[in-house]
Amino acid sequence: MASAFDYAPAPESRSVVDIAPSYGLFIDGEFTDAADGKVFKTVSPSTEEVLSEVARAGTEDVDRAVKAARRAFEKWSALPGSERAKYLFRIARIIQERSRELAVLETLDNGKPIKETRDADLPLVAAHFFYYAGWADKLDHAGYGQNPRPLGVAGQVIPWNFPLLMLAWKIAPALATGNTVVLKPAETTPLSALFFADICRQAGLPKGVVNILTGYGDAGAALVEHPDVDKVAFTGSTAVGKAIARQIAGTDKKATLELGGKGANIVFDDAPVDQAVEGIVTGIFFNQGQVCCAGSRLLVQESVHDEVLHSLKRRLSTLRLGDPLDKNTDIGAINSAEQLSRISALVETGEAEGAERWSAPCELPSAGYWFAPTLFTGVTQAHAVARDEIFGPVLSVLTFRTPDEAVAKANNSQYGLSAGIWTEKGSRILAVANKLRAGVIWANTFNKFDPTSPFGGYKESGFGREGGRHGLEAYLDV
Amino acid sequence: MSDERRRVFKTYKLYVGGKFPRSESGRVYEVTDSKGKWLANAPQSSRKDARDAVVAARKAFGGWSGATAYNRGQVLYRVAEMLEGRREQFVREVADAEGLSKARAAALVDAAVDRWVWYAGWTDKIGQVVGGANPVAGPFFNLSTPEPTGVVTVLAPQDSSFLGLVSVVAPVIATGNTAVVIASADAPLPALSLGEVLATSDLPGGVVNILSGRTAELAAPLASHQDVNAIDLTGAAGDPALAKELEVAAADNLKRVLRPQAVDGADWSAEPGTRRLTAFLETKTVWHPTGALGASGSSY
Amino acid sequence: MPTTAPSPEPSAPSGQGGTSFADATASDSALRRFLHGLPGVDTVGLEARAASLGTRSIKTTAKAYAIDLAISMIDLTTLEGADTPGKVRALAAKAVNPDPTDRTTPRTAAVCVYPDMAATAAAALAGSGVKVASVATAFPAGRAALEVKLADVRDAVAAGADEIDMVIDRGAFLSGRYLKVHEEIVAVKAECGSARLKVIFETGELSTYDNIRRASWLGMLAGADFIKTSTGKVGTNATPANTLLMLEAVRDFREQTGVQIGVKPAGGIRTSKDAIKFLVLVNETAGEDWLDNHWFRFGASSLLNDLLMQRQKLSTGRYSGPDYVTVD
Repeated sequence: MASAFDYAPAPESRSVVDIAPSYGLFIDGEFTDAADGKVFKTVSPSTEEVLSEVARAGTEDVDRAVKAARRAFEKWSALPGSERAKYLFRIARIIQERSRELAVLETLDNGKPIKETRDADLPLVAAHFFYYAGWADKLDHAGYGQNPRPLGVAGQVIPWNFPLLMLAWKIAPALATGNTVVLKPAETTPLSALFFADICRQAGLPKGVVNILTGYGDAGAALVEHPDVDKVAFTGSTAVGKAIARQIAGTDKKATLELGGKGANIVFDDAPVDQAVEGIVTGIFFNQGQVCCAGSRLLVQESVHDEVLHSLKRRLSTLRLGDPLDKNTDIGAINSAEQLSRISALVETGEAEGAERWSAPCELPSAGYWFAPTLFTGVTQAHAVARDEIFGPVLSVLTFRTPDEAVAKANNSQYGLSAGIWTEKGSRILAVANKLRAGVIWANTFNKFDPTSPFGGYKESGFGREGGRHGLEAYLDV
Repeated sequence: MSDERRRVFKTYKLYVGGKFPRSESGRVYEVTDSKGKWLANAPQSSRKDARDAVVAARKAFGGWSGATAYNRGQVLYRVAEMLEGRREQFVREVADAEGLSKARAAALVDAAVDRWVWYAGWTDKIGQVVGGANPVAGPFFNLSTPEPTGVVTVLAPQDSSFLGLVSVVAPVIATGNTAVVIASADAPLPALSLGEVLATSDLPGGVVNILSGRTAELAAPLASHQDVNAIDLTGAAGDPALAKELEVAAADNLKRVLRPQAVDGADWSAEPGTRRLTAFLETKTVWHPTGALGASGSSY
Repeated sequence: MPTTAPSPEPSAPSGQGGTSFADATASDSALRRFLHGLPGVDTVGLEARAASLGTRSIKTTAKAYAIDLAISMIDLTTLEGADTPGKVRALAAKAVNPDPTDRTTPRTAAVCVYPDMAATAAAALAGSGVKVASVATAFPAGRAALEVKLADVRDAVAAGADEIDMVIDRGAFLSGRYLKVHEEIVAVKAECGSARLKVIFETGELSTYDNIRRASWLGMLAGADFIKTSTGKVGTNATPANTLLMLEAVRDFREQTGVQIGVKPAGGIRTSKDAIKFLVLVNETAGEDWLDNHWFRFGASSLLNDLLMQRQKLSTGRYSGPDYVTVD
């Protein structure tokens, strides 16, 4: 049924980005084929169109890249901080200049709406480099003693949900502190990292300081295991995070792990309801819910449950799902067929366990990977959808009666990454925030990020912090 | 038979949940001085004692982490006061345990007392040193504060039975963590006596739990325990294979691991810095909207 | 192609419509309890939502629709001490025939004038379908005795006003005398007869979003046909955020009572781009039932010419200029 005010298509132009038919690995300042010549295809999840074919790194390539980073380390770390800073400032500026191109590229390769890449991912990427650029010559003042030393070669493995932003979170602090980098982007989203390699060349970054290895999990594992890697930084699943922790046991490798979550978004009966509804939507449907800090568990006070759910469903019915390049799209594609089947399986489990499913009424495109915004009501702590990370646009709704119960339920999780609190009572915000075992807490807001703000989890959500002054520690020998 | 008075021997016991139990296993082992002379029998704790200690530490965590930093500082200072009063006892025990002269042992005990004082002062300062406001680009007040990680297993150093022990335990509890401590296997007596001091220092029961026994036997179940949040492997410094095995086990629930440091066997007297405090802290960052005072700030 | 969901079917939490709020207005303290019991408004979240809706990209056919709709929603306004019958007649002519070069251009909704100009406007607009709106109640300050305000309303209605734009007593509101404000609106409403009543809150003076939400409910409970942001005479007038908030109020009020109330942002809306942003707010907050000039208005004057220039651009492909629209 067409609304009277039917927004005409408003697609962002694809012509701002020029994707080559094939890409190599970026090692020692050059694009190069994989040693064994292997390649893989990357597709646009909204259409299943093949975007490009990229080299698939193997063990030998990992070794080449780590050696290049090691060679580059001596000079790079000896460079005065003020000079390292200039490279990072250059990178930040080039990202700003090329932000439209990169936003379109990221939307094509990842499937997320252009609204998000344009207004969230890219501005944050540039801001992150700008922020850490300024630290490079001020490390003496960071609280880690005089002349803190870098660790050496950082092996970094990043996920597909925020490809370029996670790259920025990893590379910016590593370079600012004087480390060199070998980074492996996720196999479903390799392109923005390869474009970043080009930005490094434009910025004149010395060869070998940043190396990009596109590939699969085997390349990531080889990188983590490489004896000449001094630092491991990983963002991804808790299962892989645990495997990495075992791999590096008994070594001197320092690690930061940003892993899964099952964030509780707690709505009290005195919440600013309209803003809370927006926060719930942002919390779980931003980036199709493929966010480790998503507010995937809504804990709503019983006395306002019906009112909040009514408003929430009404609001979800206005979400616009479709072409990620359309500037009016709110919900884009799921990143891969594999992720879509994982989401579908968990949702089936939820239904089988007796939770009540509701999906927003929207048509799904025939090609590509799509999942309608969905919520489960009648969920208890015993349901799998209340405990397992779904990593998709699926919200589990639970209720509570008192603040104590809300805190107990929120903390009843193996994870501890994020949480939300919605109440107009200031003292309650502070009391509840104090009791929640989570690394990032949003009070009367959700899913806000900033380069100055440390991010990271408690418990099985990982350890170490990225962002802010705290984020430097992970890359310094302190 | 002389008329000389016979000394009353002490039965050394564990310190768990504020009480002094024997090992549930009923086992003891002989503790000797550096020349092999029998000093006492120490309880040989079992994995069940370790389990009980974790339960006690978890139970104590809410209260201790929720206590004010000032209060924790007062308690830690009280420990120093109590130790000062039992200085002679600890000098004798440390001298026996480590084969040191009375003078050398006294210096270590004095340093240990001073270490409690040092960490007592840190309780209400570490938050300001490692936390703070973050100037985010938006209408938000954003504050990062350190919080204790939770229940921490501490493998106390093997060769520094008292100063080393205090140097690893005090920073863990100063920030609000609770601890399950595995004492030096061969020299556990000063650690067990420390339990008696802690019990009379206003430290809530369960905040520190002290086990004696075989390090590997106790550490394995604690490293894999799903309700332990972190592990300090200092006491495994001499055994890299054990340290690695424990680190692998710790990955099951992603415990924070403090790997054995080169400091073991070296000089515990140096000023420790903040590293052992921050190793068992989590950073919590809270965002609050600020906005304008009224509705007039908005425009398009 | 974004696929918008079919219009939601609100299943109101408690019996669709029909909720009576008679108790809420029974006494000053009851009214105060009711208004202070409304959910709070988080400033940052509200403004962020309004800004986010402001990024909607309205192109081609949707833009053409929006421009015509916006023109049809304008209360073409002149509220100057220097107003004369000649000025009002010129404005009325423009309301009826906004673009002399294109007769397909819709008429505006109304012409809005002071009470002493209402008769002139009514004569000029007779038979056109364009309504006569008159401000009243000692506009814009509202600082006069109730009897004077009521006389002002009677005068305007007698002169042929179809719609009355009253101001609330902000002093009474800010000092917590909600029942006084309520009674005054009820009294004015009684004088309106068949004229529709728009209640102006002067949101810039109410200052906080919590106050704007309370004023909205107060106005609706008292019988307003429209709730309106501002007089256009103070520093801050209509904004996307305060209009969004008022749209939420009318949406919620209809869900609970079954009664639909209109919304009129006024003052400061000068460009087509701005107007389209407001229409997006309407579309995605109150819904398409409000996308009609019976339920949504723009209080504006210079906005019309910008809409006309944009309309010419859409039909000819060329950018227009001020010489191709009429000065008022």
